[in-house]
Formats: sequence, structure tokens, C-alpha cells
Amino acid sequence: MWGVKKNTFRHGIHPPEHKEETNKLSIRQFPFAPLIILPLSQNIGAPAKPIVREGQEVVRGQLIAEADGYVSVPMHAPVSGRVRKLANVPGVSGKMIPGVFIEPFPSSGQEVMEGTPVSLEATPEEMLKAIQDAGIVGLGGAAFPTHVKLKVPDDKECEYLILNGIECEPFLTTDHRVMLEQAEDIFTGIRYLLKITGAGKVIIGIEANKQDAADHLASQVPEDLPVSIRVVPVKYPQGSEKMLITSLLGREVPSGGLPIDVKCVVVNVATSAEIGRLLPHGRGIQERVVTITGPGVIKKGNYLIPVGTPLRFVLEEVGVYEDFSEVYMGGPMMGMAVSNLDISIVKGTSGIVVFREKDVTRSEKVYPCIKCGECVDACPLSLNPSKLGILAKFEDYKTMAESFHLMDCFECGSCTYVCPSHIPLVQYFRLSKSIIRKKIQMKRESEDA
Amino acid sequence: MLSKTLNISTSPHLTRGMSTGVIMLNVVIAMLPVVGFAVFSFGLNALLVILSAVIATVSTEHVLCRLSGKETTVGDWSAVITGILLGLTLPPAFPLWMAFLGGVIGIALGKFIFGGLGYNMFNPALVGRAVLQAAFPIAITTWYPAMAGNRFTSIEGSVLTFPFAQPVFDGASGATPLSAFKFDHVVTDSADLALGLISGSTGETSAVLILLGGLYLVVRKMMNWRIPFTILLTVFVLSGILNLVDPEVYPTPGFMLFSGGLMLGAVFMASDMVGSPITQAGVVIYGIFIGSIVVVIRIWGGLPEGVMYAILLGNALSPQIDRLIQPRVYGTKKK
Repeated sequence: MWGVKKNTFRHGIHPPEHKEETNKLSIRQFPFAPLIILPLSQNIGAPAKPIVREGQEVVRGQLIAEADGYVSVPMHAPVSGRVRKLANVPGVSGKMIPGVFIEPFPSSGQEVMEGTPVSLEATPEEMLKAIQDAGIVGLGGAAFPTHVKLKVPDDKECEYLILNGIECEPFLTTDHRVMLEQAEDIFTGIRYLLKITGAGKVIIGIEANKQDAADHLASQVPEDLPVSIRVVPVKYPQGSEKMLITSLLGREVPSGGLPIDVKCVVVNVATSAEIGRLLPHGRGIQERVVTITGPGVIKKGNYLIPVGTPLRFVLEEVGVYEDFSEVYMGGPMMGMAVSNLDISIVKGTSGIVVFREKDVTRSEKVYPCIKCGECVDACPLSLNPSKLGILAKFEDYKTMAESFHLMDCFECGSCTYVCPSHIPLVQYFRLSKSIIRKKIQMKRESEDA
Repeated sequence: MLSKTLNISTSPHLTRGMSTGVIMLNVVIAMLPVVGFAVFSFGLNALLVILSAVIATVSTEHVLCRLSGKETTVGDWSAVITGILLGLTLPPAFPLWMAFLGGVIGIALGKFIFGGLGYNMFNPALVGRAVLQAAFPIAITTWYPAMAGNRFTSIEGSVLTFPFAQPVFDGASGATPLSAFKFDHVVTDSADLALGLISGSTGETSAVLILLGGLYLVVRKMMNWRIPFTILLTVFVLSGILNLVDPEVYPTPGFMLFSGGLMLGAVFMASDMVGSPITQAGVVIYGIFIGSIVVVIRIWGGLPEGVMYAILLGNALSPQIDRLIQPRVYGTKKK
């Protein structure tokens, strides 16, 4: 009864996809904003340390901030121009973070600076260093530094390299377009990734709504690469590493563990393309593909946008309807609603989705939990969101974590999506998790003291 | 320059667009054909009994909300469901004041003292009915025949009994199919049972319309079909085995399925989300339990009917089922 079915994972939901609005639109270069505002903290880990000063001229692709420690990546200039100032800038959560303001040279050809190439002959360690130096983070949305994730611990081995081409978030089509338009880069990336991880087999997982991308990649696979392409049924949140591994291999990542515990390393297809494109030239990330879409956007599309481009400039360029009221950075399921337009596109921004008031289905009316069980049948991890929600109300964090596996929750939002009582379950869980983390930290500190 | 005050909210920004109020309203809609048939077969008496119960539940919920300084919750339709269900489980010529009292007790003691919708342990309609059964054992087992010729023109005297006075029943017909079987061993024709041409509570007599109402809710994904299905299957299997053992003593499974309050209880009461377990495996255990208790009470108990007590026991058991049956969390060992 509880057996794991092949080709899919347990539970999950089917939100409306809305991908047909942009999935036929090729990637187009976005214009340079008159002022690039580059936040120096775009991912988990320490912010990068700036190595430029006000007034300095920089060339596109030039290193402008260094990694500060192992879980940190450097930043490169997205444009050729002049550093106007170093100052704090608002992050997507509203918190102020250090940043660099660059004024592009209007007449510049915007040639990208060449660095020191790292070839396929290099050692895995050299490649990992090169990936960190290129400032690469996961482009699927979580933006975890890629070199950290790729490092296989000495006591573990990697059997499968899995490329994540699922893109289960509604509205977003960046990975879809990357697979159609950057197949060669993806396969070059795979060559580096195989060497780094030591994996023997590669699976590219793609959802059935991107059959054209699967067909295209299948026709382009170089003969010497051990790549198989697997098309799996559409279901949210299949793009989560854990769900994808289960869909493809039937393996379950242990609670609290990582994909490497079941001999897998999962990398987003766009990240692989970035590795394949940047490493042979020794360059760093200066731009990424972003889907600009949603019912509030006039010129929807997939755009190659320089990192640090202010959101206001992006929306002015594509045009938004007068009555737009909400802007999400990322997809509508897990993305953040932005509070102002002064924040910038960062490396982890896979999409910008704009809604008008009338497109919002959220209801303010909250009913009590009627124990309908919809959330239990939706949770991809088979948690019990109903019970967790009640425990959160009683602030019984200990039971939540110890008896009901709260810390496994990756906040996909499926429970909140289905809840007929409109209980903000996933928000309860976010808060509870951060309170639990804080308590653990406080306990550790008091023990140290 | 583009400038705007943006709405912010936490993710997910999409929802299924379903609401508890809409689910409850649809349960009411699913029950309307049953109510219609109750009025058609038992006339004005049934209409008044059901109305009295609904007015009682809705007004009690409203008044209690106001007294406790909360916003009224009658808008979620759950009190209407309780009223209709209570009305449907009462005999056609039941005194109105008793029906009203059942409604007040069902909401006040069956629902409100637990904290309202979602917090009640037992189905409020059945709490109301259980109290009425204990308090007025005669009135609640006095039946009238269906399809009486004067049912749209006259009202039974017992219906209009003055509050707190004892009703006088004239022209009562006595037996429901279950009591006829239990006490006199008379078997009612199965077609009559399915179509509802029989005596019984106002709403328990048309199995076909009850099943259609259930089907409507299942199709709209507002009811867990496993609950009525496992209850009915359990009753069918257990009574089928008994019937095979000794057809002289034990009724046929068809008779067991279509008589009494089983259909109404299985489809509209046991399936109440609040009182049933939350996991699919738990729901199956719950259904088997209720079905078994129904058979045990009907066959070996002192009462002709056992659906009400079976569901109340099922409600009592369901938190324990939830405690024992939790889904196996992803990435944890199989127990």
C-alpha cells in the first residue's frame, strides 16, 4: 500500500500551469539599465567582499567582489561602466544588504572580459574552484553555491548525476527555453559535472509538458556521454530534489539527509549550461534567463537580463497594466512577493510574475480546520500539515519537530494551496522552523558559555 | 517612473479557489432532493419538523456566537447542515418543540462547547438526536405511513404539541421495516426500500436520492467516497455472511443496506470531515468499524436500529485512529 510507484512521487498537486504564455518565446537579450544595482548577498552564505572603489571603471565580466569563505561566491561586473557608489541596497525580503552601484558606459560595446580557461583536462578540485570563482549558484531558484553542493564527501560516492529540467513552478519557462536553445552548453556542463562528481550515469528529468525540450536534447546527446532523458508526468513540486530523485529512481532521500546519501547529485539544467559556457572561458556569471510573465505583463517573454538590473526598469521595459498589484520574484508557489520595485534581479531569479488585483485567488476569510485531509493528501513528504498547524497554534514546537518531522518541510506550499479553510499553513511552518532553529542555536550558545 | 504600492503576502500566491463555506453549501445542495422527497412522502409534517430543526440550529449558533462576543459563523452553512440532518432523522409527526430542542442541544452541547466548527468531536446532529432519543423514547419511535392521502392538507396533532407537553399520537402505523423485521420478523420488499415507499424517519427512506446526493459531492471532490463505501461494504459483507449461515434468522444484505438510517448515516453523517480520521488508511478503519457496529446492534442489540450509535462511536474513535495511523513520512524507515 505504501510502496513507491515508479516514475512519480507520492501526493503533490496540479496547479494551473500557465506555461503556454511564454514557452514558445525565444530567449531575448534585455537592454542595460541606466544604473545597475548589484546586491553582494544573493545566496546562502557570507556576502561577497567588494574589491572596487567609488569612481573606478570596470569592464564587463571583471571580478568586483571576492568570495568571503567557503560558502560564498564572488561577483563580477554585469556591465562595463563606472562604479558610482558602494552602499546598502534593499534585498527581496526588505532587509538592507551591501551592494555596488554601476553606471554603464552608454557607448561601450559591452564585450565580456576573458579569464583563465579551465579545460576538461583539469582536476575535479580545479574545476570546483573554477565554479566558485565564476560565482555560480543554483539557478533553479534556491541559489545555493554550486561548488559546495557538488563536493562529494570522501566517505560517499555519486552514482547518478541528475539534471533537473522539471521546472514545476507554474508560469515559468526559463529552463524550458534553456533546454531548447542551449543544449550544447548543457552537455559541456555535464562533462565537467561528471568529472567533478565521479558519477557513472546521467539522467535528465523533464516534465511531460516540455516534450519538445526532451526530444531536442535527445537528438543532441553526444555519443560518448552516458545520458538518458526521462519524461515524467507533470506534478508539483517535482522540481524539488527529493521528489525528482524518487520519481526517477524510486529512492527516498533519508529524513534530514542529502541527495548524496542515495548516491545522487542533482543540478539544474540552467546551472549546467552556465558551467559549460563559463568555465572554458574563465568567465563569471553576469546575466541569467528570467521569465517575465503573469496576467499583469504586456510583453511577456524569456529575457537574458544582467544581474543587478532593477526590477522597476524591467517592468518599465516589458510594460505592465495600470492595475497591477502584486509582483512575485520566482514562481507563484514558492516565490516572494516584493514590497517595492527598487530591488534587483539576482542570480537566483528564475521569474518575475505580475498579478492584477482580479487575478489573485487568495481569500482573506479563514475558517477553522475541518480536518478534510486535503493537506495530508497533498504533502509530498507525507507530513500531516493539519496536525502541524494545530500544534503551531499551541506553540508546541518540540512536538512539531520531534514527532511530526517539521524540519523536513521545504515549504512548497501545497498544503496551503489546497486548504479550503484558507489557513496559511506553510507560513506557520516557516515561522515555527525559524523559532526552532533559533532555540537550537541559543541552546548551543548557552552550552558553549 | 513606474511607481506603485504593492500588495505583499506570503507564498504560495495561488490557491485552489475552494472554501469551507462552499463545501458546506454544496452539502446542503446535495441534501435538498432528500429533503424534497421527505416532504413529498410525508407531507407538511415532515416539512415543519425539518424547518423547526434548521431554525433551531441556525438561531442557536447565531445567539451563542453573539453571547460569546464572536462574529457569527452561521455564514459557513454548517449549522444549516446540522439542522437538516437532525430533521431528516426524526419521525414525520415528531412534535416541533422537541425537534427544536434537539437542534438547540445539538449545536450547544454537540458543537459550540467544543469550540465550534472543526473542534467538535461528535456529529452535532446525532448528539441532538441521541438526547431526544433518551428523553422522548415514545415520540421518536412513533412512525407514520408514507404517501398518506391527506399529507398535504392536514397536520398531525402531535406535531403541534404545546412546548413541554406530552404529544398524543393518532393514526400512527407503528412499524418501520427494521422494527417490523426485528420484532415481528416481517421482511419489506426491496424495491419499496430503495425507492422509499416505506415508513421511517423523514429523510431515511429514499436510498436512491441519498446516493445521488453523495455521488454529487464525490464528483465535486467534497466528500471522501471511502467512508460511505467502506461502511456499506462492511455491512453488506457481514450481513451477507450471516445470511448465508442462516437465511431464516438473518436478513439479506440488500435489506440491511436499504433499510433504516444506514444510507443517510453513511453518506451524510459518517462522512462529516470533522468527525472522521484525516488519513485515507484511517478512514477505511473508521468505515469498517462503523459498519460492523451497525450490524452488531441491528442483529444482536436490543434496538432495531444502530446507525446513530455506530457513527457516534466512530466519531469517538477517530482521534485515536489519527493518533495511531500517521502517514509514513518521506525518507523515514517503514515501521
